[in-house]
Amino acid sequence: MDAHSANPAIPVPGQPPRDYAEEHHGAPPGGLRRWLTSTNHKDIGTLYLWFSFAMFLFAGALAMLIRAELARPGIQLVEPAVFNQLTALHGLIMIFGAIMPAFVGFANWMVPLQIGAPDMAFPRMNNWSFWLLPAAGTLLISSFFVPGGAAAAGWTMYPPLYLQGGISYDMTILAIHILGLSSIMGAINIIVTILNMRAPGMTPMKMPLFVWTWLITAFLLVAVMPVLACAITMLLTDRHFGTHFFSAAGGGDPVLFQHVFWFFGHPEVYIMILPAFGIVSTILPTFARKPLFGYTSMVWAVASIAFLSFLVWAHHMFTTGMPAAGQLFFMYTTMLIAIPTGVKVFNWVATLWKGSLTFETPMLFAIAFICLFTIGGFSGLVLALVPVDIQLQDTYYVVAHFHYVLFSGAAMSIMAGVYYWLPKWTGHMYDETLGKTHFWLTAIAFNVTFFPMHFLGLAGMPRRIPDYALQFAEFNLIASIGAFVLGAAQLLFLYNVVRCIRGGKPAGAKPWEGADTLEWTLSSPPPYHSFTTPPTVR
Amino acid sequence: MKKNDGWRQATACRRGIPRTMPLLCAFLAGALPPGLARAEFALNLQAPATVIARQIVDLHTTILWICGVILVVVFLPLVYALIRFRRSRGAQASQFHDNTPLEIVWTIIPAVILVAMAWPATETVLAMKDTSASDMTIKVTGHQWKWEYEYLARDGTPESDEPVRFFSNLATPREQIENQAAKGEHYLLEVDNPLVVPTGKKIRLVLTAADVIHSWWVPAFGVKQDAFPGFIRDTWFKVDEPGVYRGQCAELCGVNHGYMPVVVKAVPPAEFDAWLASQKQLHAAARAAATRTYALADLKAQGEKVYATNCAACHQPTGKGIPGAFPALDGSKVATGPVEGHLDVVLHGRPGTAMQAFGKQLSDLEIAAVLTYERNSWSNRAGAAVQPADVAAARAKDAAGGAGMAQAPAGK
Repeated sequence: MDAHSANPAIPVPGQPPRDYAEEHHGAPPGGLRRWLTSTNHKDIGTLYLWFSFAMFLFAGALAMLIRAELARPGIQLVEPAVFNQLTALHGLIMIFGAIMPAFVGFANWMVPLQIGAPDMAFPRMNNWSFWLLPAAGTLLISSFFVPGGAAAAGWTMYPPLYLQGGISYDMTILAIHILGLSSIMGAINIIVTILNMRAPGMTPMKMPLFVWTWLITAFLLVAVMPVLACAITMLLTDRHFGTHFFSAAGGGDPVLFQHVFWFFGHPEVYIMILPAFGIVSTILPTFARKPLFGYTSMVWAVASIAFLSFLVWAHHMFTTGMPAAGQLFFMYTTMLIAIPTGVKVFNWVATLWKGSLTFETPMLFAIAFICLFTIGGFSGLVLALVPVDIQLQDTYYVVAHFHYVLFSGAAMSIMAGVYYWLPKWTGHMYDETLGKTHFWLTAIAFNVTFFPMHFLGLAGMPRRIPDYALQFAEFNLIASIGAFVLGAAQLLFLYNVVRCIRGGKPAGAKPWEGADTLEWTLSSPPPYHSFTTPPTVR
Repeated sequence: MKKNDGWRQATACRRGIPRTMPLLCAFLAGALPPGLARAEFALNLQAPATVIARQIVDLHTTILWICGVILVVVFLPLVYALIRFRRSRGAQASQFHDNTPLEIVWTIIPAVILVAMAWPATETVLAMKDTSASDMTIKVTGHQWKWEYEYLARDGTPESDEPVRFFSNLATPREQIENQAAKGEHYLLEVDNPLVVPTGKKIRLVLTAADVIHSWWVPAFGVKQDAFPGFIRDTWFKVDEPGVYRGQCAELCGVNHGYMPVVVKAVPPAEFDAWLASQKQLHAAARAAATRTYALADLKAQGEKVYATNCAACHQPTGKGIPGAFPALDGSKVATGPVEGHLDVVLHGRPGTAMQAFGKQLSDLEIAAVLTYERNSWSNRAGAAVQPADVAAARAKDAAGGAGMAQAPAGK
């Protein structure tokens, strides 16, 4: 092995993959008790992933309703009041219920395995962090059924509109508090695990990139989730306890909420994309059979993106009428983000250069990630320019932009990761044909759905409207057709995953010949307790 | 006039978009149902009608070209690698993984490109912000879900003792929205009273809102400015070509956010002056009308129109409201109780809810009409009309200090 290996987490040479089964202390209790009481990082990782998948399907169903209503001009299926509930809850549940828990699920499963640790640092807190989620999810979903329906003020919850709502608005605040609590505990757990429990010899610059991205993400979470908690607590006291943080009549200011919200909200965007960078940076070298290009610069790029994320929040607020100096400051800082992001994309392309490429499903998703995330990055650069942003703010262009970053960025990297590690988790190979079918349907339908939205936004269609002028009809119909195919394709994903869990070709310890992180030194599935004796990393 | 309607011209402006896109779109259009065959497929920003909007189009075109070039520079090697370095073609993997000079180069080049982009953008930002030396000022107030316009003099005070002030409501009939009638050409982008402005004059808008945040947006002007309750923001535009320019509220503001269009009619200055004078006469006529007494049927007929424009969005045309969100009027205590209580709610609203204070929005006659309608429709059978004089009396009582209990908090 090359001394300068970009990913040098290599076990002691000459030693075959060890089966740690003989080192078990106690098999898992059977049935429901196993899942309710488990403190095992693999069980909890599985719970996180299933929870997020359930939420993904639910929030996806809301999106289907949105696209069905928008397929034709006029009001057909849902009244405007219900439409606003759908868009708000689609956003909230996708972000807090689907994407964030999915990445925490990956962290639970893979961080201990990739650093050679026996479990997470705080196993009981880990159980608690997960079991808060179903409570919050139940609150959000049940809020559709209370008088007045679910919160209908957008996922951004801007006052004073948010102050007008009924009981479901309070349920939403409570749900987000619970989700935030869960995220903070999960993040602390991940930080402590990574800082204290790495196998002997695994210095920081030998950590797999997925571990690095999660370490930085976890710090972002600890920094900004309390800020969100402040913002929604102020909303709550404005609603019920006579404070006037956001009401001019009492000396407050509605724009204050936007500042606090986006001080959370922009780092939040990177919370949802940095672990995706980690997953893609793991998969590309495996299927290129070549070390990751520019490991050190990748780590620095992730750290710079995280740092800059605290300096750009007001670019979500260019139309609020801030002074020119403010607009210019946030325009320049936002443009700076393009530099480390560009470095990452260049490094990924260089990783593929002169490799020996094969195109299994995880690799297809990872390559699509590079292409489509880059398009999302370009539209982000367009939106960074204040004058152009003022024209495009709150239009479908923005909807297109953040779906290129969050669906083809975050969600497709999650799919890549699921296919990549399913053989490790289940011990079986998934069906490659079904996987590739799922990939092509997803990739094509995604673009049919969201690419036309750029045009809609440029031509002047605002977002969050249940009905639109006639010149937007054609692209809306195309987007709706794409969306239905995109939604249906995810059922194929569900089927493929369930089939893989139930059986399939045995995967063996290391089904991907190019993989070189520690999890592949274990059997598939790994023993319930792994790395009880830490491996040594050279 | 129609010639300069920005919304229909959007297709005219598609620089920087690959030529194949219209072809692809045309192909897809063939697959659409016949009802939608009037395909527009606008691909780019609307045709600009102001200097700022022109600069925005140019900035967008420039950045799109830059992105396009970078896209090619990045994707060419990517596509080449995907084809050339396949294991199925016998590619052997090299093991290189670092090249510091290369990393430095691809950090510095984007930085230089960004500085080149930031320069023209900065110039436009400063120009957009410069609201000085305007020829006239119009106050724009966002309401759920309509715009209010008030013409102010140059120094920001009302133009005269009786300033020209009116509301601009969606004019699209409900039947079109509910698919019971064919949709018109300007579906959802038409209002009863457009904002009228003179061409060739720098017009400063000062914006605020009555309830929640709204955003006044006309794409062809390159103007989008949020309006906040309790605060004033300003922006400006100067349009040279007479025409009708259409936009929409761009900030989610509740149930009918999608139904509060902005329509601006730009006319030559002489025509504008005549229009302003006619508006003042209309106000005087409305004042005279409020002193008369009307028959119940007349008031009810007029009240139905006022109700459809101002009340039906929440309380519904059926008067049943939306349970849990907006109360019913059919059989409600307020609409079947004493006239004083009903008047109080309509004049002052219910603070903390979506029920607005209509006292400053509607004339005495309009309020009398809508009350008469509400008290004599559905299962409500008051049998008596509310006259404009009753409304005037209630207002006089407020002015004398006996403000209703439901008065909005000071400062709103």
